[in-house]
Amino acid sequence: MYRETDIIQSADQSPEGYMIINVGPQHPATHGVLHLVITLNGETIKKVEPHLGYIHRSIEKMCESLSYRQFIYVTSRMDYLSAHINNHACALCVEKGLQVEIPERAKVIRVLMDELTRIASHELWWGAMAMDLGAFTPFFHAFRERETINDIMEETCGARLTMNYMVPGGVMHDIHPNFQRRVKEFIQLYKSKIHEYDELVTGNIIFQNRMKGVGILSAEDAISYGCTGPVARGSGVSSDIRKVQPYEIYDKLQFDEVLETGCDSFARYLIRIKEMNQSIRIVEQLIDNIPEGDFQAKTKAVLKLPKGEFYTRVETARGELGVYIVSEGGTTPYRIKFRSPGFSNLSVLDKIARGGKIGDLIAMMGTLDLVIPDIDR
Amino acid sequence: MKIVPVKKYISDVFGAIKSLATGMKRTMYYFTHHKEIITQQYPDNRNTLELPERFKGEVVMPHDENNEHRCTGCQACELACPNGTIKVIFKNELTPEGKKKKAIDKLVYHLELCTMCNLCVEACPSDAIKMAQTFEHSVFDRSKLTKVLNNPGSKIMEGVE
Repeated sequence: MYRETDIIQSADQSPEGYMIINVGPQHPATHGVLHLVITLNGETIKKVEPHLGYIHRSIEKMCESLSYRQFIYVTSRMDYLSAHINNHACALCVEKGLQVEIPERAKVIRVLMDELTRIASHELWWGAMAMDLGAFTPFFHAFRERETINDIMEETCGARLTMNYMVPGGVMHDIHPNFQRRVKEFIQLYKSKIHEYDELVTGNIIFQNRMKGVGILSAEDAISYGCTGPVARGSGVSSDIRKVQPYEIYDKLQFDEVLETGCDSFARYLIRIKEMNQSIRIVEQLIDNIPEGDFQAKTKAVLKLPKGEFYTRVETARGELGVYIVSEGGTTPYRIKFRSPGFSNLSVLDKIARGGKIGDLIAMMGTLDLVIPDIDR
Repeated sequence: MKIVPVKKYISDVFGAIKSLATGMKRTMYYFTHHKEIITQQYPDNRNTLELPERFKGEVVMPHDENNEHRCTGCQACELACPNGTIKVIFKNELTPEGKKKKAIDKLVYHLELCTMCNLCVEACPSDAIKMAQTFEHSVFDRSKLTKVLNNPGSKIMEGVE
């Protein structure tokens, strides 16, 4: 499609002349196999075209041949940084169809796991974001805290990344006896180290100059492109599903929806840093108040959803994840559709990059927090 | 061209230097405090290494000292597996009373297909299989990843139905 001859021909037709640069699919800054075709005029970006499909595994089609218990494990492979929250969304959708009320203990464990995942995801994003801009040290600082969360997950769920811990009706195991102690240790570690993040990156003048006023996304554009999560909230659009349409026990919890009105890359950066603190607040509220009881509701061995359509949405670390199941009454879904947050957030990249400089593109892409397997599925 | 007041210009310059110094101070802190740096080594200490008991490494079938397992061959794990990792192969066994009884011949486990989702262990009604805490699965030949979980000559434990 972009052969050499084409470029030369079209450059002849353009009065200014332009250049096409391919970033990816094997570029370290794209965090995966994303292919960006960038049209440049000098250093100014005229157009950014994302090419997808390099990591398409047809997860939606795969789910159609799996039963309602089995298909949940596949969704850990979509947005692997918020695997718990993906599994949670699927479990919620199946429970909605089954009309199962899950025990209070399972709800609290689920929310705790979700928030720990959110912190782990934002930690990794923070490290990778700074690395995109050329700072290597923050990556190790971020991983120090993230490893602690991974150890907690390993102990309770049995895996560090693709946990498959949420099942229809509750959670797979009860929490590990050490869980509460280790989470409290993590909260202490986090609180003693979070100021380093601001010292190293947030206050840094080079970082601020590269982030402020770059990648402007107005609130109108954020809405019309369907942005959710920190990307929309950085433009002042209230879009937190935990507040807009509370699921599980989020309506009983004390936390703020973080909003920034800067509309630029720096606003999106601040949102995620502040969101981590809010997640810590939620974890602190719940960790000593896990109610006694069952961790899993009694469900049938073979799950059958009634005929109909079911939709649930949750807030992942990147935005709104929707799970849409069409059931024909059998043991497997007729059709499954995932509304992934990354796809809509990527589509706005062309809008915010146009007119900017190529050196800022990686910074803009970093603040969108793209996870490519989530976009491609 | 935007005109910046001299006072603001100077304060900006000093603010910038201060911000860089703050970051540098943190870096120098770790440069001089070696004990606070956490380096995690590859787990070469196999004898003393303790992984969490829930860690999902691979599926194994525990046998007792009489070479007996608890698998009845109900195929619940085979049905629960999303990837077709487990295959149960049957044989006909003669009971002491002379009756024919169905028993497992082999429980074939394809490690190369397994995603460690723990659904087979959850589905098993007689606790015959469990997850082992192994973590190095690389071999030179792919056929070595296809494993038979029950030991040769093993039979079902008394009283497990």
